Amino acid sequence: MSGFFDLPSDLQHSYLGLVGLHLREALLPVLAGLIVSLPVAQLCVRFRWIYPPVLGVTTVLYAIPSLAFFVVLIDYFGQSETTVMVPLALYSLVVLVPAIVDGVRSVPPETLAAAQAMGFGPVRRYLQVQLPIAVPAIIAGLRVATVSSISLVSVGMLIGNQGALGNMLYDAQTYERSALAVNSVLTIGVLGVLADGVLVLVRLLLTPWMPRKGAGR
Amino acid sequence: MNVLDFARAFFSDGAHWHGYDGIPTRFAEHVGYSLEALVIAAAIGLPVGLVTGHYGRGGNTLALIATAGRALPSFGLLVLMVIWLGLGMLPVMIPLVVLAVPPILVTTYEAVRSVDPSPVDAARGMGMPEARVLFQVELPVALPLIYSGLRTAAIQIVSTATIAAYVSLGGIGRYIIDGLYQKDYEKVVGGATLVAALALVTLAVFWAVSRLTVSPGVRRSG
Repeated sequence: MSGFFDLPSDLQHSYLGLVGLHLREALLPVLAGLIVSLPVAQLCVRFRWIYPPVLGVTTVLYAIPSLAFFVVLIDYFGQSETTVMVPLALYSLVVLVPAIVDGVRSVPPETLAAAQAMGFGPVRRYLQVQLPIAVPAIIAGLRVATVSSISLVSVGMLIGNQGALGNMLYDAQTYERSALAVNSVLTIGVLGVLADGVLVLVRLLLTPWMPRKGAGR
Repeated sequence: MNVLDFARAFFSDGAHWHGYDGIPTRFAEHVGYSLEALVIAAAIGLPVGLVTGHYGRGGNTLALIATAGRALPSFGLLVLMVIWLGLGMLPVMIPLVVLAVPPILVTTYEAVRSVDPSPVDAARGMGMPEARVLFQVELPVALPLIYSGLRTAAIQIVSTATIAAYVSLGGIGRYIIDGLYQKDYEKVVGGATLVAALALVTLAVFWAVSRLTVSPGVRRSG
């Protein structure tokens, strides 16, 4: 019998190839989401009235099931990786925008006043004071966005095998090899936990000023 | 044709409003699956979160369980469970519950743990037993945050319960899966609109419940 990590040839990838593909399909959207949500969050902090409507729109987007999103986008991008990645990027916005807004808002006014008194302009104040202090909140948002993105990619299997590791689920059904499904679920789960761990490490490196006790949260 | 045209075409077609594949039937099925999953997840997450939050222990373990629960792909879990258990309700409930327990568990734990310690100490000083401290002091104060965890879980369940259709059950997902295979975008867009609408209804229900059950004093300070 074939080994646990030997995949049927119709997947057209080795096990590690699928892992790489999966990570790319899951992480690029989160990166795009982060790049978009930083300015959006800054706007929400500057102009308070924008925040409730932005929150409303993103909540509705989040409620649209990933599969429906994929299928509707087939019309625009075909059965491609882009179709999978666009919804994932939008979902990550839903998590990241509030996290960044809360993080930036949590900067104490005295700190901002001190920065201003030292002659910091708005840009430097944002980059060197607000953003670093918001790092824990941003990373907390990134952890949720990354982990759920990694697990959602598998749904892409339904639209023409664009689900990376999720594609093993289809083969598991057609060839009745349940080991493939176990492999897929476990690998995706482990990738999620590992990505989460990496982000915790990044936070520890970026915030040397934070108390180490209770570093788990 | 754009997305709005598809949605209009779907909802104006009278055939979509009657019978076993009609919108009322599918909507009711979807609400049924979602409620069942939410109740099971709450029955697991709430007690564990309340007790661990009360004693302030096990936070790291809970965070680990929550991450693991989030990391497991709901769709993959569904396929795996169908392969193992066959078609039916149970293979659908397992991924939905796994999805919903982490937000409930973690938020409940955080909510109870972060209750202002002075009223809790006052309650203990008055001789309240631990159970009453938990249910009459900590729970009412923590309620708004606990609701927000339940709300997140409910929205995720509503949106994910669409996968039930992949394994031959009903619900709004029927339209999305059938539409995908029949290349009938009207159905897919219609189904997506219905799920989003149900999510908004869920938000409204939670808002109403928290208006009714959260004590006015807690609401003002929060």
